[in-house]
Amino acid sequence: MNPDHTTVMVRRHTVTTRLTHWLNAVCLGVLLLSGLQIFNAWPDLYWGQYGADGDHAWLSIGAVRGGASPQGVLRVAGKTIPTTGVLGVSTVDGSAVERAFPAWATLPAFQDLAQGRRWHLFFAWCFVVNGGIYLLASLASGHLRRDLLPARRELAARHIWHDIVAHARLRFPTGEAARSYNVLQKISYAGVGLLLLPLMVLTGLTMSPAINAAAPFLLDLFGGRQSARSIHFITAALVVLFVVIHLAMVLLSGAWNNLRSMITGRYAITIKNKEGMHD
Amino acid sequence: MTDSVLTRRRFLLGGTAGAVALALGGCDGAGEDGTAGRILRSAGALTLATQRRLLGQHTLAREYTEADISPRFRVNGTSMPDSPVYADLLEHRFAHWRLSVDGLVERPMAFSLATLKLLPSRTQITRHDCVEGWSAIGKWTGVPLAHILRATGLLAGARYAVFHCADELETTLDGSGRYYESIDLVDAFHPQTILAYGMNGKDLSVGHGAPLRLRVERQLGYKQAKYLMRIELVDSLKRFGGGHGGYWEDRGYDWYAGI
Repeated sequence: MNPDHTTVMVRRHTVTTRLTHWLNAVCLGVLLLSGLQIFNAWPDLYWGQYGADGDHAWLSIGAVRGGASPQGVLRVAGKTIPTTGVLGVSTVDGSAVERAFPAWATLPAFQDLAQGRRWHLFFAWCFVVNGGIYLLASLASGHLRRDLLPARRELAARHIWHDIVAHARLRFPTGEAARSYNVLQKISYAGVGLLLLPLMVLTGLTMSPAINAAAPFLLDLFGGRQSARSIHFITAALVVLFVVIHLAMVLLSGAWNNLRSMITGRYAITIKNKEGMHD
Repeated sequence: MTDSVLTRRRFLLGGTAGAVALALGGCDGAGEDGTAGRILRSAGALTLATQRRLLGQHTLAREYTEADISPRFRVNGTSMPDSPVYADLLEHRFAHWRLSVDGLVERPMAFSLATLKLLPSRTQITRHDCVEGWSAIGKWTGVPLAHILRATGLLAGARYAVFHCADELETTLDGSGRYYESIDLVDAFHPQTILAYGMNGKDLSVGHGAPLRLRVERQLGYKQAKYLMRIELVDSLKRFGGGHGGYWEDRGYDWYAGI
């Protein structure tokens, strides 16, 4: 045992945070895979109110025929990118099949829009109820204001830059500073929880013809149903990007300690003994 | 449609437990039958109940302007019904075609196309949203279904209108591939629910369902049945097709297509 340091166990996450976090992870996983299944039914994205055959798609995943075997392509921003094997054409049971996202990325694995919708809409309800419980509980307990919203001084450019440099060098806060989230954590957690995920729900609802009748302002907010569908897809990509970085940071900044804190709530911080005596 | 009433609490309790079990199970076939399938389908009932509460009876779907109309409206599903009966009707420009309205009505009636065109009409520029994800905007002209149903009157017990179509989307020996659809009376009496004979200022084309198609503007494209031949008022959807209330519903899609 290091005589200069004391390890202190702190209560990091409430039971509400832990439960809703894991249920949220399950929901997002199913929503992503079933969402890609739904996307595969019409792998073109448009801007505006309408979009179908003959209308300009800003993103399109498809197959080009003509050669010996069809080639998968991603068309985006006027460029055609060969993506055979992953997008457009991929292998199912040993043979090349024309499908936008490959079987390993969709739920169900085989092409079935009806089942994809069932999974997606069921887990969308779970996601909304679970997220609503988390947000209400966090608002009531002060978790949102106290732990997630950055303080004004934390938003100073110099402070943020300092944290970015420290993260890039894989130097994470220790001691007292590790008791609370750093500003990059606060910005990303609050950004995902209060902006990206609600945006997923709202753009998803904007694709519903019934919700369009009940709340037509959503169509104006997002610039039309097809725009909402595009934003839904882009936002999903951003959520995936967040999850990738989140997982990397969890692993790099003490995988076991982080995982334990999200399961049991207990998080270990190491305090220099001089500092620790104040406790 | 399921007749069982699913309360919100039961959905939440069963749903949360079910969500984890389903996701952890991760089985591909779970969407189909059995307990997992039933749990997944329960979301459809919750969506119907919630959207109906949000919508109210007569909230209108957005109507667009002439400038918003899609330059090309995709023809989806059947583009030409493959039957001698339809071919004959088409050859005579639907002069012999009749729309029968029967079942649980006080006065079964049959309408010719000319008669329908003489009845009060409604024209609306609305967006058609396919379940696949695409949308197209078109201008539809037709008779409000409510007008027809007031003319025939309804008998006690009538709960759904079933739309029988001329087209077979899947060619089968037993006729199970014939297209049909159904809506309940809330949508049947909605002011934008029309039997359309005109599109973008012209007679409805064959690709879009000539001589008559349904428009139910607060639901997805597969509810907008084309090539209408008969409307039957019924108390239950069980005895039609696979018992789920429509061609695509029998193939796994939700009967309520509000989202």
